[in-house]
Amino acid sequence: MKRAYLIPFAVFVAIAVLLSKGLHLHPAEVKSPLIGKPVPNFSLQDLNQPGRTMTQDDLKGHVSLLNVWASWCTTCLAEHPYIKDFSNYPDVQFYSLNYKDTEDNAIQWLKKSGNPYMSIGFDVEGLVGMDFGVYGTPEAFLIDKKGIIRYKYVGMIDEQIWGDEFLPRIKLLVTS
Amino acid sequence: MIPEFGLMALIMAFCFAMVQSLCPLVGGIYGQRGLIVLGRQAVIGQFCCCLVSIISLSYAFIYSDYSVIYVREHSDHSLPLFYRITALWGGHEGSLLLWVTLLNGWGMWLALRTRDVNENFMAKIFCTLGWVSSGFLLFLLMTSSPFAREFVNLPLSGKDLNPILQDPGLAIHPPMLYMGYVGFAIAFAFSIAILIEGKFSRETATMLRPWVLGAWGFLTLGIILGSWWAYHELGWGGWWFWDPVENASLLPWLVGTALIHSVMACEKRGVLKSWVVLLGIISFALSLLGTFLVRSGVLISVHAFANDPTRGTYLLYYLALVILSSFSIFAWRGPRLTREGSFDFLSRETFLLFNNLILLVMMATILLGTLYPMLLDALHLGQISVGQPYFNAVFKPLAMLLIGAMAIGPLCTWQSMTLQKLLKKISKAFVVAAIIALLLTYFIFDKFYLMAFLGTFFSVWLCLSTLQSLFKKGFSFSRLKEHRSMIAAHLGVAFCAMGVTVTSYHGIERDVRMAPQETVQLGTYKVTFESTSPIEGPNYSGIGANFHLTKNNAHVANLQGEKRLYHVSQMPLTQAAIKPGLFYDVYIALGEVLNHGAWSVRIYYKPLIRWIWLGGLLMVAGAVLGLRRRGYRR
Amino acid sequence: MKILFFLFLLFFQLTGYGIQDNYPFTNEGKKQDFVKLTHELRCLVCQNQTIADSNAPLANDLRGQIYQQLELGQSIEEIRDFMVVRYGDFILYKPPLTVQTFMLWLGPFVLLGLASVWVIIFIRRQRR
Repeated sequence: MKRAYLIPFAVFVAIAVLLSKGLHLHPAEVKSPLIGKPVPNFSLQDLNQPGRTMTQDDLKGHVSLLNVWASWCTTCLAEHPYIKDFSNYPDVQFYSLNYKDTEDNAIQWLKKSGNPYMSIGFDVEGLVGMDFGVYGTPEAFLIDKKGIIRYKYVGMIDEQIWGDEFLPRIKLLVTS
Repeated sequence: MIPEFGLMALIMAFCFAMVQSLCPLVGGIYGQRGLIVLGRQAVIGQFCCCLVSIISLSYAFIYSDYSVIYVREHSDHSLPLFYRITALWGGHEGSLLLWVTLLNGWGMWLALRTRDVNENFMAKIFCTLGWVSSGFLLFLLMTSSPFAREFVNLPLSGKDLNPILQDPGLAIHPPMLYMGYVGFAIAFAFSIAILIEGKFSRETATMLRPWVLGAWGFLTLGIILGSWWAYHELGWGGWWFWDPVENASLLPWLVGTALIHSVMACEKRGVLKSWVVLLGIISFALSLLGTFLVRSGVLISVHAFANDPTRGTYLLYYLALVILSSFSIFAWRGPRLTREGSFDFLSRETFLLFNNLILLVMMATILLGTLYPMLLDALHLGQISVGQPYFNAVFKPLAMLLIGAMAIGPLCTWQSMTLQKLLKKISKAFVVAAIIALLLTYFIFDKFYLMAFLGTFFSVWLCLSTLQSLFKKGFSFSRLKEHRSMIAAHLGVAFCAMGVTVTSYHGIERDVRMAPQETVQLGTYKVTFESTSPIEGPNYSGIGANFHLTKNNAHVANLQGEKRLYHVSQMPLTQAAIKPGLFYDVYIALGEVLNHGAWSVRIYYKPLIRWIWLGGLLMVAGAVLGLRRRGYRR
Repeated sequence: MKILFFLFLLFFQLTGYGIQDNYPFTNEGKKQDFVKLTHELRCLVCQNQTIADSNAPLANDLRGQIYQQLELGQSIEEIRDFMVVRYGDFILYKPPLTVQTFMLWLGPFVLLGLASVWVIIFIRRQRR
């Protein structure tokens, strides 16, 4: 009977251990279920070449980074100089998804701030974005040679994120 | 100067708290009576210092002293005076100061009310309270001082109070809720003192009961105010979202409810002693746990405070220290508390105990649901969400069991009873309730849902059998006087359950696009969007949308919803247009403005929604009536 | 004749209250499915809200998507799967019963069972 009096103590120790673990978790960062899966099929108008269609096949055969952006998104504008800079990196090709934008605004925006992308899928309704599980802009997907999504980052990519999160993964994907 | 004065007072309060926690210990060891009784004086000193501190901070708020960073972050001089004062608890630091002040307010009240009680016993209580309070004061001083100042680059205006907090409901909700949370500190201190004494007399139970009732009453009031505020301020007509912050307030409430009932059994019959002590510890432990969950950022919530990892770490250490030490005292001394009576399988005690356990299972369920996503994430088993549909599904059967036991329990006699007698007593109310529920479902509600029928039945049954306890060979006034507290509180639960059932299952919702002069049908009501007009508030401006509500072409009400833009923070806020009523609300929520002057509008018909809060108020009334009751011992 | 009457009713309906539901469903069952689904799915960009309760653009898009799929005859389960494939289990406020979540779903009832057993043992023991 006396041992039963220890139950509350034991239960609380378990809760406290969990809470101390919980302090170091980041519940708001949702991992994408698409990681390890092939890029969803899509076909979108390519803003870079009028009349051309961009599809999932464009993202195969090389390591690529697919950046989701829009002209109305202020973080995307802040991120853009970095993206232009990183796009000079030799082993990875930059593509993008123009999310819920208008054609005119997007083209104006690119004219003004520069265009580092091989192709730009024009996703006016955001439906392809939905297939990619996009929930905010900017978001970037790292895709391997076989067209399989390997990593997703939500938010602005700056020097530090690029160096810590992207570069090591790109190096690994290039050699594999 | 004044803010520094406030900070000094806070440091003084900490000194008093140290005196309060150390002197009785030292005095106890060396047998110095002078030191033992110092706790009582220290708690009064501590309260006065906290009061000075909170007044200094209010002064900074009233005169918008932007050199105080906390004032700058949470207020603005364009705010009406009332909200400039309530902005004090609009953020983490100030609300924590309020928390500590209220804790000492309870302590002082206890000190003043128990002058003729055994000194040694009270010294243990004040010592415990001193430790609790010094931990919080240290937390306040070390990580979250509300008096931090910065004189360079003084801004001309503040960042303003979050518009959703500029509402009378929310202005008084935190003080009430905190009164409840910290009120359980008294029960906690009693538990620790009882464990150290090693005996728990029925007199002590009598002394403890009003403090538990008081804390529980405040907590209930705080929760209802929060729910009512969420209903009319957060947009889509919900009154409970199972958000982690709401869950945090429900955890101590459930255990507090269990505590009230077992304290009564203990007082009346001298049973369940170590159980009472355990509940006393758990209820306060859950208050602390709630504080941690809300202020450390471990969970995603609509209303979490801006958080900072050092605060989380400190709070966790503090929490672990307080709770683990008290549970070890419980494990060590708990077995010494021996019972004075015993009871049979069929007795009021059994139902009380069973109810206690359902309440605890409910508490454990909320805790499980709230922490489970964290558990899976910590074990790298994926990220999941646990929300309303889960809690609703699991709580329905538990609530029915609880209400069933509530309906039967009070008709039982203490100690023992025969099954025949019990069945005879409960059968009438049971059958009548079933008939009423059937009639209601058939004639009033348009659709049949099994759960809605069961909910209605259990509510009516609880109501009838509660009223039945008033009769003993005819209506008896002495019974009304004796049981008024239980009757009010249990009827409150019945009302609340009825409101929840009917509003969840028999409401109507329409999501439409409306331009001025258009009309939409809602059951037997018609809502006409008449016009829009500009509005101008003290610190906001916006558009008002005017609606006209009719039933069978007869006028019912004119309503105005608002879309506000607050000047300083540039934050938008939507005020729903609500026609309140005892039997139904019509609730019009304004969505985005579409083209051609049309708006996206959601219109709800919410039957009996006010019964939820009305029931809550009845529960509070039950607590107040119970305070006046002298005792269960005869 | 019947058709004429029906058309008349329809016309009356349209002129009487020329109000468009934002999601005009062709039958009541679909409408209820819509309400059920939107209250079960989490708005990922919000702090802690369902997509029924949120005004965020993403929530609006997802409501539109659910509406279209329901009208196309998709079942609740199909739409739920559609969401999970894209956004993960995190989007479900009602986690499915799996190996990971069986403690979550069974926990309360297991506890209730244990508690009842404890009450019985406790009362028996103290009655002597």
